[in-house]
Formats: sequence, structure tokens, C-alpha cells
Amino acid sequence: MAKTDIGPPHYSQMLPPIIKENYGKWKYHEILRPGVLKHVSETGAELYTVRAGSPRLLAIDTIREICNLADKYCGGYLRFTSRYNIEFLLTNPANIDPLIEDLKKLGFPVGGTGPAITNMVHTQGWVHCHTPATDASGIVKAIMDELYDYFVSMKLPAKLRISLACCLNMCGAVHCSDIGLVGIHRTIPKIDHEWVPKQCEIPTVIASCPTFAIRPDPKRKSVQINEEKCMYCGNCYTMCPAMPIADPDNDGVAIFVGGKVSNARSAPKFSRLAIPWLPNNPPRWPEVVQAVKKLVDVYAQNAREGERYGEWIDRIGWETFFKLAEIPFTEKHIDDFIFSVPTFRTTTNFRW
Amino acid sequence: MAGSETPLLNELEKGPWPSFVTEIKKMADKKPAARDLLGQLELSYKEKRGHWKHGGIVGVTGYGGGVIGRYSDSPDKFPGVAEFHTMRINQPSGWFYSTKALREICDIWEKYGSGLTNFHGSTGDIILLGAPTAHLQPAFDELSEHGYDLGGSGSDLRTPSCCAGPARCENACIDTLDICYSITMEFQDELHRPMWPYKFKIKVAGCANDCVAAIPRADFAIVGTWRDSLRIDQDGVREYAERGFDIQGQVVDRCPTKALSYDPAAKQLSVRAEDCVRCVHCINKMPKAIRPGVERGATLLIGGKATILQTAFLSWVIVPFVKMEPPYTEVKELLRKIWEWWDEHGKMRERVGELIYRLGMRNFLRAVDLPAVPQMVFEPRANPYIFWWPEEIIRK
Repeated sequence: MAKTDIGPPHYSQMLPPIIKENYGKWKYHEILRPGVLKHVSETGAELYTVRAGSPRLLAIDTIREICNLADKYCGGYLRFTSRYNIEFLLTNPANIDPLIEDLKKLGFPVGGTGPAITNMVHTQGWVHCHTPATDASGIVKAIMDELYDYFVSMKLPAKLRISLACCLNMCGAVHCSDIGLVGIHRTIPKIDHEWVPKQCEIPTVIASCPTFAIRPDPKRKSVQINEEKCMYCGNCYTMCPAMPIADPDNDGVAIFVGGKVSNARSAPKFSRLAIPWLPNNPPRWPEVVQAVKKLVDVYAQNAREGERYGEWIDRIGWETFFKLAEIPFTEKHIDDFIFSVPTFRTTTNFRW
Repeated sequence: MAGSETPLLNELEKGPWPSFVTEIKKMADKKPAARDLLGQLELSYKEKRGHWKHGGIVGVTGYGGGVIGRYSDSPDKFPGVAEFHTMRINQPSGWFYSTKALREICDIWEKYGSGLTNFHGSTGDIILLGAPTAHLQPAFDELSEHGYDLGGSGSDLRTPSCCAGPARCENACIDTLDICYSITMEFQDELHRPMWPYKFKIKVAGCANDCVAAIPRADFAIVGTWRDSLRIDQDGVREYAERGFDIQGQVVDRCPTKALSYDPAAKQLSVRAEDCVRCVHCINKMPKAIRPGVERGATLLIGGKATILQTAFLSWVIVPFVKMEPPYTEVKELLRKIWEWWDEHGKMRERVGELIYRLGMRNFLRAVDLPAVPQMVFEPRANPYIFWWPEEIIRK
């Protein structure tokens, strides 16, 4: 019988000697070039980090290849970032270039530091999720191919964080991203009246609806949906498998902009709707990729040095943003859910 | 294999960014699960919809969470993924690894699973993708033998996570790795046996940059900060100035509270500590010259979550400053009080932030015995709908 509740391995087993020796003593860091950091300790010790992008979904054979490099150049230690980048930790700067060469051979791009795009936080999508409104890995791959140059360079006004969640459950900080993509549904769940009574607890299903759009259908021992009230969140489907909401023709991707996680300068904030819907068009989602590319380019061309996406929009105003980004502003952009009122403009101060 | 059978997915092997399709293909010759995952995914790409069935409860003995059940809706076509469950493995603090540890995990997953992983999942766990039901227990047994344990899933404490912290960051005001480990170990029961209204996430960030998105994503955010003044090294300032860095434009003018002033003649930077809100912008821009203060601790915030159901919340300040010294008893006690109140009053699938929103912050603060302080709000209420406790009313 296996031991339970042992918890994760203690982190001290996972730290290279230079980190153990300089734990809590780091004084400053510099970005030597895209993807290469240098941390300097109060003791004078220097630690070099080489950051490489990864597809997040990794075969064990690839992890072993990564381990080979860490054994060769880093004394057998490495780390991952919160955005799936692999960080190789080196003490000898002479190893940086050979490591980068080896990474190139394996197909791993080095970058993602400073005023750049780093890896996209994303979810499982069709690879492993049971409630997706779009895929995750495929769109991410297509977008990162298009934006590759922004990963391996540092030429944006500031860091740009792009994230994708394949449904509204948003497993990922999509709601506070510079550019956040979310898989959305646009049609109501299809009720399987034969299976609802067998698979689902009716009161729970009714209570699961945030807009009170679900009412009982006592005749069929099932439920009915008020089409006018449903906003396609899919929460009922999470509670009741007999109410599938996926709709290949109507599911798609909404794009939000201007959010941030960091407290630097200003409080963290939510991303706001830029594009209400783009179709699911696998395998490479050209409409979504081009929309993101354009959103990045318009920011790169117009924001000032050091301005995050949302800070740029704060300065120029949303009315100017929609004009610059050439995105039509529609009634879909005006919030009509429960926390809408503070988003309505209550002043005569605005731009043309 | 599979090249000719997956024309749509093959399109995703083109281009410079590393391809997840290539990763799946790497295992496809060795693992029927990976081969059939490709097949099913190709079908999803063709039909523009997922092909996983809804839910399914699987697990290992003694635990209520940590394994996500996943079944194909087309097991006849794709028998290799008829059962394709995920194991969440609790990552080491800060996602640091020895290659020895990674190789052990790979060897175990080669034996029992599809050979496919995520490094990492959104909450921070190592995700081992795809194993049949019969392999879950033996895989867990072997993982446990090598010192690994499952993470959280369902209505339990989700696997806590933290940033690189003092291991590799000069901004770390708290020992994020140790705090994360200590909390994880303290609450193993809460992590492994779902018993709450819904999930509860804890994230530990070493500074206000919040590289683990604690404020947006955690029900309970621990964010490192300091209480005295940031420290300025004027030699460092001079170095930036001489390098031509725009100290006035990039740092002083962008300080949100105008707490900094710069004398370009003397190349001296000064701070009014009482105006500084410790946002770390200036430290980010001039790490060689500016450092956090020395009286360090954490700000605690509560209630962050993504959109489902009513809206997303960013976490709210409930403790402006607390010293973070092992074994972090004060924070652990607070967590216990929060869970007790949430457990008692929360509805099914109601996150703690939603409960606070429904019942009011005053009820929450009273239940967990925290005083109201102005740091908790951007501004006080503008309406006169003030609730009073019975003891505050004059009765004759």
C-alpha cells in the first residue's frame, strides 16, 4: 500500500548548488539578450538563465532530451516558469551559446524576456477537455508561429501577455491578459429529455444557471431553457451531461484586451472585449491569428515605451483604440450582465 | 506513423514554434493511447468539436481528488483513449527540478501512461495525460514510492503554487518556496479529500509583480511586500544615468504616487516613503539601484477567481501586512477560520469570493476576526444602506 499525504518533494532537493548558496541573496538581474538573464548575488555569484519556449504538451522523450541538456550544461537542474517556458540555470557563461545552439537543434526557441511576447498560457482544448468551445494547443501554435519574432526579440513597448482559455471556465489567467482569447458558445444547450432525468439532479441544474433561464419541465421530468435569458456560459452542462452545448458552427473565439496581472504602477485589471466572435476554423484559425497579429501590431506601433496594452488604451481612450485597431464597436461591446453599470460613461469628457 | 492519417494536424507541425502535434506523434509509435489521441484529435479538427465524454469519477485509494476521469465518446474508433485519465502530480515549489526527478517521472509515465505530459497545468501541477483506469493505482503507488504525491481536483484545496522567489529573484520579499511547501504539507487532508463547497486556490507571489497571478487567480493570495522604505543605491542610480537611461521619464514620471524625485545634476534619486505604495515599477526598471525595504512580509488577499459564474473577481485585501515567519501559524489559522465560515455558509459551487459578495464583507470579517481597515477598499461606500449589529442599536 502506497504512502499517502506525503506531499511534493521538498524544493531543496531540486535546487542547484549555486541557488542553495545564494538563496535570498540575489541583488539584481540584467537581461543580457533575448532569453538570457544574469542574476548577481550579494556574494558576487552569477547565475545565468536561458529561457526557452515549449508547447506545454511534452512527450517524455522530449523531457529526457531537455534533461540531457540540463545535465550537459547546468549540473542537472532546471526550472519551468508559470508560462511553461523552460529555464536552464547555468553558472558558466561560456555554456550559454552552446546550449542555445543545442536548443535550436531540438526546435526550442530562446526568448520570452523583457518587452516581448512570452509563451501563451492556455488550457487543454480538444486534447483533453470535456467542455471546450474551441481548441487550445492548435490556436496557440498558430498564433505563436505568427508572433514568433516577438518572442525571440525585445522590441515591443512592454511585455505582452497573451492567454487562451477554451471555455468560460477559464483555466488560466485569461481574464487579466494583455490579449485574452476565450472559447465561447452562442447557442443554448440541447436538452436530451431522455437522459436528463437519469443523469442529472434537476434542482441542481436549475440552481446552476446564473440568469435563471432554466425551469423545470415536470411532464418530462426534465428542464426547459428560456432562450432569451441564456447567455451560453455552459455551467448547466458542467452539472448535467444531458445538456450538451457544443455547436461546431457557432462556437468560436472572443478576444479581450488590456488586462494585466502585475501591480506595477497600477492595480491588476481585467481584459475588456475587443472582438466578440471569430469562427473556429481549424487547423490554423486564420481569422483569429490575423486578428491577434493586428492587435499586437497596432499596440507595437502606437504605445509608448514601457506602456502595457491596457495602460496604452487608458491613455488614448477606448474610443481611439477601436479606431486605431479598425475594430467596429457594436452593442456587443456594451456590458449587459450584472456588473455593467460602472462601465457606462457618466461624463461629457470623451474623444472623437 | 500517422502522417497520412492526420492531414489537418500535420498543418500544425509547420512553422517555427514547437509543435504539440510533433510531441504526440513522438509517442504514437510506442503508445496506442498517443496514436488514438492523434486520431480522435484529427476528428475534432474535422468536426470542430471535442470528443471527450462528460466527467467520470476515478481515483486512487484513500484520495478523493487528484485524478481527472476522461473517456472518449468514440471508444470503438479510438480504443487507445477509451480511458484517458489525467493524474495531477504536486509540483515542487517554484517548478525547480533535478533531472533525476524528471527522469523518474518520465520512466513511471512510460510504464503506466501515454507518455504525454503538460509542464505544467494551469494551477501548477505536473499533468500526466492519459492512463487507463487499471493503471492509476499502480502508477500512484510507484510515484509515491519515489516521493511524489497527487495534487488537488474537485471541491478541495487545489495545489498551492508560488513564483521563483528567493531561489532566483531579488524582488522576493517572502520565502515563497517555503511558504508554499509549508502550507501544502499542513493541509494535505484538505488537498486530497474534497469536502468543501467548491475549489480553493492558494498562490504565493514574492512581490507585487505577482508572477503567479495570485490576485487574479487565487481564492487566497499571499503577496510579498515591505513596510519601511525602498532602498536606493545612489552609485547604481549614477550608473543608469551615465548609461543614458531616462530616469525621469521611465521611472519618476511613471511612479503612480509621485513618490520619487530625481536630481539630474547630482544624479540622485530620492523617495518619500510615506507616499510609496510599493508597486515595484521603479525596482523593475532599475534593479541595480533600487531594492525593496528590509521590514518584509506579505499582504493577504481573498476571493480571486475567473468568470464562472457571475463574474471574475480580483482578490481583495484582507490583511495589509503580516510577517511571514515559519511555520506561518498566523496565516494557517486564518485559512482554517476562512474555510470553516465558507464551509458553513457556502452553497454548492460557490467560491469564497462569491460568498463574501453575497453575505457582505462585514460578515466575513467578523467570522474570521479581522478588523476593517482603509487598506481594504479603494474608497468607502457611497450609499447609505448601512447594516448595524444588534449591539450597536440603542434600545430603551
